[in-house]
Amino acid sequence: MPKISLTRRSLLAASGAVAATSLSGLTVPARAAGLEPTKSMRGGANNYLSGAPIVERIGGGGFWMSGTVRRAGDGAPLAGQRIQIWAHTTEGYESDWESHGATLTDQNGVYRLEMPQIVPAFGQAHGHLAYDSGDFETVFLRPVMKSSKDTSLEANFVLKSV
Amino acid sequence: MLIKTRARLIWLAFLIAMLAPMIAAAFSPLLAWRDSIYIIAGFAGIFAMALLLTQPLLIGGYLPSISQRKNRQFHKWFGALLVVMVLIHVVFLWFTSPPDVIDVLLFRSPTPFSLWGVIAMWALFLMGLMAAIRKKIRLPRYIWQRAHLGLAVITVIGSVGHAMLIEGTMETITKTVLCVFVIAATAKVISDRIKLKR
Repeated sequence: MPKISLTRRSLLAASGAVAATSLSGLTVPARAAGLEPTKSMRGGANNYLSGAPIVERIGGGGFWMSGTVRRAGDGAPLAGQRIQIWAHTTEGYESDWESHGATLTDQNGVYRLEMPQIVPAFGQAHGHLAYDSGDFETVFLRPVMKSSKDTSLEANFVLKSV
Repeated sequence: MLIKTRARLIWLAFLIAMLAPMIAAAFSPLLAWRDSIYIIAGFAGIFAMALLLTQPLLIGGYLPSISQRKNRQFHKWFGALLVVMVLIHVVFLWFTSPPDVIDVLLFRSPTPFSLWGVIAMWALFLMGLMAAIRKKIRLPRYIWQRAHLGLAVITVIGSVGHAMLIEGTMETITKTVLCVFVIAATAKVISDRIKLKR
């Protein structure tokens, strides 16, 4: 029978191994849970108005807001989800009712809504999006455009069941 | 003759650095999509940046043919005007979008430049408050001078960071030149102070 020698060194090595295992053990359940839900962004809900109507397009159009809506965990696309969109554009302020509109995701969980060109406001060209229909936890996004000359912006949602 | 030319050039550079940002900003196409309150808020900010340049130049006595007494007087008046401009800037932005300004004041805004701006603002207000009450509370001169210079440096760094990170209010080249001038003038005041101590 091999003799187990309990020296200071072996004890340190063993406890190190135990610590490493428990640390990696912490990451495994997170991986098992799969896709993390999207967190609301700071300032995302600013100038939000509830009940924006589903529209063909907001105002005169020319700019595209698009993205995907998926379920947290397995990442399955969510069809028929209502996404609300508003921004400071060439046609109005974030707080103007006419700047707000909503659209639904298709069977692939993709939404796409035409709206007026977003212009820099409060120092950044950015849009606002909301999911707040109640089946999943509410999420407010505030994506920033890489360049204010962009004519499209993308924002993706991963929603968690309530 | 040469001295006169130099003096004229300094004044010319100063006036261009101060006024060009406002003129350039007035030609911004973005103004078409902003209402007057938002535009006033922006221009109050730009004017405040320009006033920030006058402060080190006046107190350092770098603008030719102004007496030391007048330099100090103008420094005081422009300092007070700077506070007023920043107040207009913040209040009119608040009229434009209250939730965004509240986020900024509570340090929870998603925009990093607003943090620079709000730090600069509090440093400026503290300077204004100290200037207003220092005689009343008999603030020792050496404390006043150090505190004022320290707060001024915070205001300058904060304001420059704030302005440089913002998109859509100022034109980039005139903004950069003004910011470089503000930093250079402030650095000159500090280096002169250090020399004076030695």
